Amino acid sequence: MADLTTYVLTSVGLVFFVAGTLGLLRFPDVFTRLHALTKADNLGLGFIALGVALQAPSWREVALLAVIWVLALLAAGTASQLVARAARAEDEDSG
Amino acid sequence: MTFWLSLIATGLLASLAGALWRVWRGPRAADRMMGAQLVGTAGVAVLMLLAPAEGWATLDVALLLALLAALAAIGFAKATSPDGAGDPEEDGAGDPEEQQAAAADTTDGRADG
Amino acid sequence: MMPVFDATLCGLILAVALAAVAGRDVFRAIVFFIVYGLMLAVAWVRLGALDVALAEAAISGGLTAGLFLVAYGRLAAVGAADEPAGLLNPPAALAGCGLSAALGWAWFALPQPDRPAPQLAEALPRSGVENPVTAVLLNFRAWDTLLESVVLLTALIGVLMLARVGAWPGRPGLAQHVRPGGVMAGFGRVLPPVGLLVGVYLVYVGAERPGGAFQGGTVIAAVGLVATLTGAFRPPAVDAPGWRAALVAGPLLFLLWGLAGAVIGNGFLTFPPTLAGAAILAIEAALAVSIAVTLAVLVLGAPEQAARE
Repeated sequence: MADLTTYVLTSVGLVFFVAGTLGLLRFPDVFTRLHALTKADNLGLGFIALGVALQAPSWREVALLAVIWVLALLAAGTASQLVARAARAEDEDSG
Repeated sequence: MTFWLSLIATGLLASLAGALWRVWRGPRAADRMMGAQLVGTAGVAVLMLLAPAEGWATLDVALLLALLAALAAIGFAKATSPDGAGDPEEDGAGDPEEQQAAAADTTDGRADG
Repeated sequence: MMPVFDATLCGLILAVALAAVAGRDVFRAIVFFIVYGLMLAVAWVRLGALDVALAEAAISGGLTAGLFLVAYGRLAAVGAADEPAGLLNPPAALAGCGLSAALGWAWFALPQPDRPAPQLAEALPRSGVENPVTAVLLNFRAWDTLLESVVLLTALIGVLMLARVGAWPGRPGLAQHVRPGGVMAGFGRVLPPVGLLVGVYLVYVGAERPGGAFQGGTVIAAVGLVATLTGAFRPPAVDAPGWRAALVAGPLLFLLWGLAGAVIGNGFLTFPPTLAGAAILAIEAALAVSIAVTLAVLVLGAPEQAARE
């Protein structure tokens, strides 16, 4: 049962990653691409972490997976804010 | 299970290749930086998927990647600031509401609400 | 399925390496180089070298990325970042291909080693630690590690020598300014404590699991870099005494232990099995501090702010 759930969760995670990459490739400008990117970051990684957590041998690894996900969220949030503002500031300087 | 996890991991690598295309094409520096961010996150995911097979100490490597993922973005924000040591948010740059508030109110540049 | 994964990974690494040296855009090359480091970390994991993967992730994902991007920013600020690199350098390309071919031939000509090496497996219980990488680095080949820590210090001295006369002795790097209460400032307060914890954990756990002084020290250097770049931490001037004590603490302690071995033990830099575990932990702790400070100052650069503010 746990294996089946792992199959499903990791597949969903992969779908979100592929969707994020497709958005990064197909959307027309920096800000829309950033929007697509954050979906892959948060949801894709979260589902994969959940799927792998079901295979973990003890609670220590589950906690570590959760910490990794939270750190990735923190980093993604900061990075997207900084990249967007830097791009916006550059737009204003040249526009 | 190892077969399935490595299958998903290979799918992630293929998706990662798409992000690399964005790094190659740009056209802006911010696009390239976002491609690098996606590679970092996909790397964390791949390492998570490899952990059951390679040993759970692999999660420590994933932890490091997640910890330091934002450092490149911070470096990028510094790189695009005028003197190489600034912050894109200073003086309300890049935030239209802030600039309106700053223009309208000279004592406090922060917009409320 | 693993061979398909490995083949895809190798193909990606080659493509990224080629992309990093192709074309004229310097920023694009930098980003591809950062990506290259991240992919290499995954490759090291696949090769079973977790200690190297930890170091690779910390250095290329953190320190080198920060170093190149900050350097690019400085170049852009003076308008020197847009000078295109040459499209192809035939002598360099030829030399690179020749070296790769020679290495490839040498690799395939070597006999397949036993893993783990039988001598190592037999000597490991006497080394004081369970992680074979740490045992080799800090015990069996401690001489190499001692010299490497001094080399790191020497590299730092070389970088500090680039300071202008008027800026010495100031604080390393440029004065960073951020918006108070903004995203950068907030991140610079949240991340470094977590990173410090992770770094200390990696140093401590290096005796049993992948980790160690270099990995932990590099993580601490990287989060110290984050703290400095986001304005949460202002680095002390380069002649501050505590600073200099931290820089030499690791190599000095290592050297003193080696001399103690020569005077009261079996010889220079020997580790008697009863003391080995504790000695290795102490040396690793001191080395981690030195490595962290050295790498952070290396990346920040020579002093450029006016002395004493």
